[in-house]
Amino acid sequence: MQLEETLKKRRKEKDILLMTHLVLGYPSFEVNRRIIRQMVDNGVDCIEMQIPFSEPMADGPVILKANQDSLAAGTTVAACLEFGREMAASYDIPFLFMTYYNIVFKYGEERFLEAAKAAGITGLIIPDLPPEMGGEFMTMARDREIAPILIIAPTSTDERMAELNGWADGFIYCAARRGVTGKKSEFGSEFYEYLARCRRATSLPLAVGFGIQNRDDVAALIGRADMAVIGSRTIRLVDEEGPEAVGPFIASLR
Amino acid sequence: MTRKGFFGHWGGAYIPEVLHQTFRQLQEEYDKARQDPSFWQEYTALMANYSCRPTPLTYAANLSRHFGGAQIYIKREDLNHTGAHKANNVMGQGLLVQRMGKKRVIAETGAGQHGMATATMAAKFGFACTIYMGEVDVRRQRPNVFWMEKMGATVVPVKDGSRTLKDAINEAFRDWVTNLDDTHYVFGTACGPAPFPEMVSWFQSIIGREAARQIVEQHGRLPARVYACVGGGSNAMGVFQGFLNDDVELVGVEAGGHGLDSGLHAARLCGRDASPGVAQGYKTMFLQNDDGQMLETHSVAAGLDYVGVSPILSDLADKKRVRFESATDSEVIAALDLTMRLEGIIPALESSHAFVQAFKEASDLPNNAAIIINMSGRGDKDIFTIAHAFDDPSWKEFIIARADEYRK
Ligand SMILES: Cc1ncc(COP(=O)(O)O)c(C=O)c1O
Repeated sequence: MQLEETLKKRRKEKDILLMTHLVLGYPSFEVNRRIIRQMVDNGVDCIEMQIPFSEPMADGPVILKANQDSLAAGTTVAACLEFGREMAASYDIPFLFMTYYNIVFKYGEERFLEAAKAAGITGLIIPDLPPEMGGEFMTMARDREIAPILIIAPTSTDERMAELNGWADGFIYCAARRGVTGKKSEFGSEFYEYLARCRRATSLPLAVGFGIQNRDDVAALIGRADMAVIGSRTIRLVDEEGPEAVGPFIASLR
Repeated sequence: MTRKGFFGHWGGAYIPEVLHQTFRQLQEEYDKARQDPSFWQEYTALMANYSCRPTPLTYAANLSRHFGGAQIYIKREDLNHTGAHKANNVMGQGLLVQRMGKKRVIAETGAGQHGMATATMAAKFGFACTIYMGEVDVRRQRPNVFWMEKMGATVVPVKDGSRTLKDAINEAFRDWVTNLDDTHYVFGTACGPAPFPEMVSWFQSIIGREAARQIVEQHGRLPARVYACVGGGSNAMGVFQGFLNDDVELVGVEAGGHGLDSGLHAARLCGRDASPGVAQGYKTMFLQNDDGQMLETHSVAAGLDYVGVSPILSDLADKKRVRFESATDSEVIAALDLTMRLEGIIPALESSHAFVQAFKEASDLPNNAAIIINMSGRGDKDIFTIAHAFDDPSWKEFIIARADEYRK
């Protein structure tokens, strides 16, 4: 409930919320710190921190490379948990972990949840853990007030959306299109119909991610969703223009 | 298998939501095929006419005499069209793709044999075809890349991660989630999310069904042991299924690389370096570090150079129904050398792993016992690697001369 309430409260004050994403340890934790400061200072409502994994199946080339470079630089799960704790203690917005299931599985489901809880993390996004495989884990997370955030895809039927909603907490993450992260999404009538189906399926806040890149994309979601997710775009920006470019970019989105 | 696709602790379907419907459709189509006796008939007829099945079970008289123990029989999957057992799985999935009405197939490949077979199937059935192959494997299996392209497939070298089989699998999944409406991912081994492990094993079971019949015809009774190399586990599952319920010892041979203590190997079930994990859509024993990051693997054989293993084999290992051993790169070259000289047969580097273990054990068995080695494929594809390993002077001269010619 905690995450859902926080987002709904923020949403009362804004047309659309912003969630940003970054890969921990890429290019370094020090740069992560600077990026997060600029994100928070420029009004980001929620931050998704990806714990890198060597096989990020659902990610496109930009985030894939960030995962690999972070691991090559020696990033560990323990360091990510500690960094998450530091951020959650420093800023008054929700921080989430995004990762693949093996990271959690190998750490130990219960131990991971306890560590995330102790770090002040309020939600988890695990794209390769559908409820059929992770139902028990999702219940364990909820018991600890960590929201299991489920992803809905354009290929999900109405029945499937209802089923996913039954497991979800915090918010629902609507993937804007088929495919992996990083490519531009086209917003047309088919997309808006899909968002309307998502809206009917849940009373949780709706976040939309995959390919959101600029102010127009964010504006197009107003009235149709509650939160826009910016992923690969900031990673590319930091690669090309350095961490200082993040603040002005975030400020330009709303 | 349980409803969710588990075999004991292993398996499952850890897939992103975008694939949920696609897997439902695939599961339904597969269930229908299994319940329809005419499907298996259509499949075996296709394999007889297009791929020389049943493949022979060859009695290796000279090798048997050389080791002086068990009678050695070789199941000749090398004589499939395209030169390996991979064709069995691919043609079966091709029939399912036709039934699903899809028009494009994609596949990962390590040794290139699965990519080759998929490109062949796509050409025959009129599908568009894209093959993902690690950059390292593109280099070590150049002849297969040439043929795949000649059959009209697009071969995409994968430059991420360790640039081998697992990275090709990730890249194929990325293609699939983007193009799932018209595309089927022809998974190449008995791994991945359910129903792939079971489905691929089912198509490969044609090997064991034939071998069980052939050994009784030729030897008069069942073999004492059956040997197969284990990459993802499809040729092993294929031959083992003919003997699972019999008093026959089943031996899976993994890639020992430079040795189990070297860190440079791909032994998941017989070494000490693997642990339970979930990646590439399924749960099994993976070669990974304490954080769950996959490790680099090594084998002279591209098709065995993989971090995971069939969840069905992990379960059979738990149940002690299959014994797992490993063969090092140098043992593999020696066994290959002996087999060529004594029998005039050229096993693939992958298959040669099974030969190594059989050779180690043949003399322990009595003369009236038989063993079967599953020869998963032929070695022609490995000509560059094998010639290099033998440091063959005349081959080198030829390559240098040809290179000079091209340079002009
Ligand atoms: C000839 C041959 N044998 C064996 C393998 C290993 O695969 P599997 O363990 O699925 O049979 C390969 C894979 O590429 C192969 O080409």
